[in-house]
Amino acid sequence: MLTNRSKQVVKREMTWFERAYFPAILHGLSITIKHFFMKKATVKYPEVKREFAPVYRGQHVLKRDEAGAERCTACGLCAVACPAEAITMTAAERKKGEENLYREEKYASVYEINMLRCIFCGLCEEACPKEAIFLTDRIVPSTFERDSFVYGKDKLVEPIDQRVDVSKRQTPAVLEFKKDKHHKHNLTFMDKVLGKAKKH
Amino acid sequence: MDPLLIKAIIVLIVFAITLLVATYSTWGERKVAAFLQDRVGPDRAGPAGLFQPLADAVKMFMKEEIIPSVSNKWLFVLGPCISMLTALMTGVVIPWGGELTIAGQTFDLQIVDLNIGILYLFGVVSLGVYGIMIGGWASNNKYSLLGAIRASSQMISYEIAMGLAIVALVMTTGTLSLKEIVQQQDAGFANIVYQPLGFIIFLICAFAETNRAPFDLPECETELIGGYHTEYSSMKLGFFLFAEYINMFVSSMVIVSFYFGGYNFPFQHEIGLEGNILTFVQTGFFFLKVSFFVFFFWWVRWTLPRFRYDQLMNLGWKVLLPLALVNIFVTGLIMYFTGNL
Repeated sequence: MLTNRSKQVVKREMTWFERAYFPAILHGLSITIKHFFMKKATVKYPEVKREFAPVYRGQHVLKRDEAGAERCTACGLCAVACPAEAITMTAAERKKGEENLYREEKYASVYEINMLRCIFCGLCEEACPKEAIFLTDRIVPSTFERDSFVYGKDKLVEPIDQRVDVSKRQTPAVLEFKKDKHHKHNLTFMDKVLGKAKKH
Repeated sequence: MDPLLIKAIIVLIVFAITLLVATYSTWGERKVAAFLQDRVGPDRAGPAGLFQPLADAVKMFMKEEIIPSVSNKWLFVLGPCISMLTALMTGVVIPWGGELTIAGQTFDLQIVDLNIGILYLFGVVSLGVYGIMIGGWASNNKYSLLGAIRASSQMISYEIAMGLAIVALVMTTGTLSLKEIVQQQDAGFANIVYQPLGFIIFLICAFAETNRAPFDLPECETELIGGYHTEYSSMKLGFFLFAEYINMFVSSMVIVSFYFGGYNFPFQHEIGLEGNILTFVQTGFFFLKVSFFVFFFWWVRWTLPRFRYDQLMNLGWKVLLPLALVNIFVTGLIMYFTGNL
């Protein structure tokens, strides 16, 4: 006996009442009819949405700063951190007169996430030094074409007039955690990322 | 009006209602199944999913029709036709209500009042097995054949107990006409009072005859993929499935007519309704009773697991058949001693 959970089974003859089968059927019918009137577990999805956990990781957003300029500097740390290799980007230099569009001199002219590859682990968000990429509580909608799952900047960058709230994923505790480079977990992770980045 | 024309109209109406009810049975079954499992069921197509049967029908029609190259093509097509035909034929002798008076002429709400109605019903139901058998055999597929064999042996076994249960009913009522049986129940009690055991046997056999759970061995998906309709696709499959729903509806009507007073309802002559209005109310009550039994079919399906094959045969031959014989014997004794012979 490996565990002491085993039980001695007694095989006994069924009583006449049990063999008659009918009481058992009636009992079963009473159970199922009770469920007929019970509250249904179904959530009618597009109309009603189940409440997500505050840390839910859904479709990404590329944040803008308070003035409306894109935060991303196309450093590529998110792409390097991505275990599913879902992120690609092309960097470009900011021209004169584009200061209101991009926060720093370098920006991502192309930034694509393949939503079919993405495993929504949130490592991109953790790797980002500019607080530019966040995962949100939005669900990536389904479509018929594979190509349409490669999201470019048009879908990822938040519109200026419709800011996406990421405060739930940017709590003071998280910010503190990201600052602390000597945090054991953070250190090993960042070391790994920087080591990989040097190779490129 | 020409009585023949009236008959034709009644036939058409009965036909249409049967088909309509069968169509919406698919919706009803899915809804009830969902509710019994704490779900909400189809609710996307139309209000409460009411257009779902239409969507299903369109789907069935649009699907590719495949006839296996190794099958016997003629019989392959004949199978679902026979199933559908026999299913629709059973509804002929059911009385749907009392008399209807139109322009001074009275008509029965029944297609034909055969004086051997029960025998006719029984004969047509027995024919129903051929559709399944031919369909399963012509598919030239082992699973289909197994399903067809199971179906035929099951239906033949349970027909015996069913017939004997009816024999006791015929003894007490003394007639083979469904109309008379229903009318007798207007004067006295419903037959369930006189034949409780017979009713239970008949009910169980009705489940087995319509291949409904827990007697759905001929088409059990888990073992036989789909049983006799494994090779069928498109509307031919639809016909088989549709025939099952019609059978369910007709069995419920037969059960109600035999044991629960048909279209009669309590105190129908005391509440002051007369003529056509009374007939319509009667038909309403008839449908109420029938819907309960259709619901019961679904309810049982989502309660009981499927029988094992030996259990099925044991129940049919060793339990129901002797019980039916005892029922006849006891009925005879009681009739003899109470002088109702």
